[in-house]
Amino acid sequence: MDSPHAPAGAKLRKALRQWIPQILLLAAALGLLWWLGHNVLENMRARGIQAGFGFLKEPAGFEIGESLLDYTPSQAIWRAFLVGLLNTIRVALPAIVLATILGTLIGLGRLSQQSGLRAACGVLVESLRNIPLLLQLLLCYFVLTSLLPEASTAWHPLPGVMLSQSGLFLPAWRCEGACHWELPRLEGFGIEGGFALTPEYLAVLITLTLYAAVFIAEIVRGGIQSVSIGKINAARALGMKPTQILRYIVLPLALRAIVPALTNQYLNLTKNSSLAVAVGYPDIVSVANTSLNQSGRAFECIVIVMLIYLCLSLLTALLMNLYNTRVALKGSQ
Amino acid sequence: MKRRLHLGTAAWIILALIILWPVTNWGLIHAVWHADLPACREARGLGACWGVIAEKHRMLLFGRYPFDEQWRACLATLLIVTMLLMGCWRRLWNRFGVASAAVMLAAAVCLMAGGVAGLSPVPTKEWGGLPLTLLISLGGTLLAFPFAILLALGRRSALPLLRSLCTIYIELVRGVPLISLLFLAAFLFPMLLPPSVHIDILPRVILTIAGFGAAYLAEVIRAGLQAIPASQAEAARALGMREWQLNVYIILPQALRTALPALVNNFVGIFKDTSLISIVSLHELTGALAISLGGDADWRSFYLEGYLFVASVYWVFCFGISRFARSMEKRLQGSRQASSDPQR
Repeated sequence: MDSPHAPAGAKLRKALRQWIPQILLLAAALGLLWWLGHNVLENMRARGIQAGFGFLKEPAGFEIGESLLDYTPSQAIWRAFLVGLLNTIRVALPAIVLATILGTLIGLGRLSQQSGLRAACGVLVESLRNIPLLLQLLLCYFVLTSLLPEASTAWHPLPGVMLSQSGLFLPAWRCEGACHWELPRLEGFGIEGGFALTPEYLAVLITLTLYAAVFIAEIVRGGIQSVSIGKINAARALGMKPTQILRYIVLPLALRAIVPALTNQYLNLTKNSSLAVAVGYPDIVSVANTSLNQSGRAFECIVIVMLIYLCLSLLTALLMNLYNTRVALKGSQ
Repeated sequence: MKRRLHLGTAAWIILALIILWPVTNWGLIHAVWHADLPACREARGLGACWGVIAEKHRMLLFGRYPFDEQWRACLATLLIVTMLLMGCWRRLWNRFGVASAAVMLAAAVCLMAGGVAGLSPVPTKEWGGLPLTLLISLGGTLLAFPFAILLALGRRSALPLLRSLCTIYIELVRGVPLISLLFLAAFLFPMLLPPSVHIDILPRVILTIAGFGAAYLAEVIRAGLQAIPASQAEAARALGMREWQLNVYIILPQALRTALPALVNNFVGIFKDTSLISIVSLHELTGALAISLGGDADWRSFYLEGYLFVASVYWVFCFGISRFARSMEKRLQGSRQASSDPQR
C-alpha cells in the first residue's frame, strides 16, 4: 500500500484520512476541557469564590490530630497539606514493608506441605479479599476504640508495651543528657511517655497491611508456582540443598514474575491509604477534605490531591521499575 | 514420614480448636438470637447479640427506603440476584438471556424509583442498602464496558494522537484513588456544568464509577487484545475486511472471550469499591450500617455484630462471583488446550 510508486495525490489523501479525524478528536477533547473549565470559573464567580492557588498561603484554621512537623492552626494551608502528605507516607511506607513480609509468608504457607497451614492461609486469603477494605477499616477501628480495655486497665502483652483504647504505647529511646529507654506508664486516667501510636494510625496500618498482604500472597504463590518443576528436579539432581534451590533457582526465577505484579499492589496500597479519611486519620485526603469544606475551594483541593497521588504513583512505579530491571532476565528485552 | 505428617495434622487440629472454640462459644453457644435487648446486654462480652440483626435487618439491607415500600426494594434485589445467577448459566448466554436480563434490570430500577404503574415515586436520596450497592456496581460496569472497549482499541491504535489521548486518560485515572474522583463527583461535578443544569447525585456517582472502572477494564481488555495472534488480523485483511469489520467480527469476540474471567473479577473489584460511596453520603450497604446503628442509642453497642453481618453479605457476593470467574477460566483453558492440541 505504501509503495513509493503510488501517486502523490493518493499519499496526500491517505495522510489526510489519518490526520483529520485525529485533529478533530483532539479539538473535541480540548474543547470539552475548555468548556468544563469555563463552567467552573463561571460557577465560582457566581458563588463569589476567587479561583487560583493563592488560598494556600492563608492560615489553615483547623487542628490536625497527629503530625510529624510542628503544626498549629495559624500556619498556612500549604503546610497543612504537607503534614497530610507526610502522614500518608508515614502509614503507606511501613504498610508496604509489612505487607510484603506478611504476604510472602502467607503465600509460602499456601504452598506448604502441611494441609492445616495451607487451609488456614487459604481461609485468610479468601475471607479478607472478598470484603471491602473500607468495611475492614471501620471494623478494625471499632475493635481498637470500643472493644479494647480503657487506658487505666491497659493490656501489657509485653513488658513496656501497653495496648488500650487510646492506642499502642511502645518504649521510646530518649536522649536528654544520658540516653535511656523510656517506658510508657499510667498517669491518672491516661498513659504518658513512650512512643505512642494512635488507634486511627493503627487501624489504617493494620487493615492496609492485611488487605495488601493477601493479594501479595497470591502473587508470590503464582510466581513460585510458575517455576517449572523440571528446573527444581534438575537442581536436586545436581545435589543442591533445598535452601540452595530456593536461593539460587526458585527465587531468581519467581521474582521475575512477582515484581511487576508487586508494583501494582504497592500502587494500590498507596491509593487505598486515602480511605484513612473514614476513620479520621489526617492523611492528605482528609486534610484536603477539611480545607475544602472550610474554604470552599473544591476544585483546587481535589486537583492538589490528584497531583500528589499521581506523583506518588509515578515515584513508586519508577523505583519498582529500577528494581525490576535488576531482577529481569538479562538480554531478554 | 507418614507418622510425622499425622503428628503435624494433629497439631493443626488442636491449634484450630484453640482458635475456633472461643469463636463458636461467642458466636453460637452463648449468642442471643432474638431481638431481646436485656438478654443482649446480659450476654455482652460472653456471646454475640444476633438479635440486633433481627431487629435492624430491614434498615441494614434497604437503608432509608420508605418502610412500607420496602417490598419493592426487596423485589428489586431478588430480580438483580436472579439476573446474576442467570449469568452463571451458560445455556442462557444468547439473545433471549440478554434481553430478559435487560428487562429484569429495567424492572428493578422501575421498582426502586416508582412513579410508574401506580407505585409512589421514591427519590434517589432515600435509596439505600443492598439494592443500591447492586445497582451502582452493575450500572457502573455496564456503562464502563463500551467505553473501556473504545479506550482499549484506542490505546492500540496506529493513530498517534488518539493513542496518546487514550493512554493519558487510562494512566491518569489509574493513578489517583477512587475517593478523590468521588469527591470530584460530589463537590466539583455541579461546578463543571452550566448553572442551569442539575444532575442528581446517584447518576453522578454511577458515571464516576463507570469512568473509573473503564480505565481498569480497558487494561484487562487490552491484555485480551494482545493475546490474539497478529495472523488473525492479517488473514481478515487479506479477505478484504475493513478495519472496523476486523475489530468487530474477528478481534474483539476472541479478545473478550479471553478476557472474560478477568472482566468478571474486575466486577468484584467495582462491587467492593461501591462501599466508598458511603463517604459521599449515599447509604449503600456500608452506609446503611452507620445509619441503622449509629442513630439508635439502645442498639449502638452491638456494632460488631452489624459489621460481621454486612461483611458476610459482601463476602457471599464477592466469593460467589470470583468462584464463577475461576470456573470459567478453567473451562476456557480446557477448551483452548483441546482446540490447539494436534493429538486430538
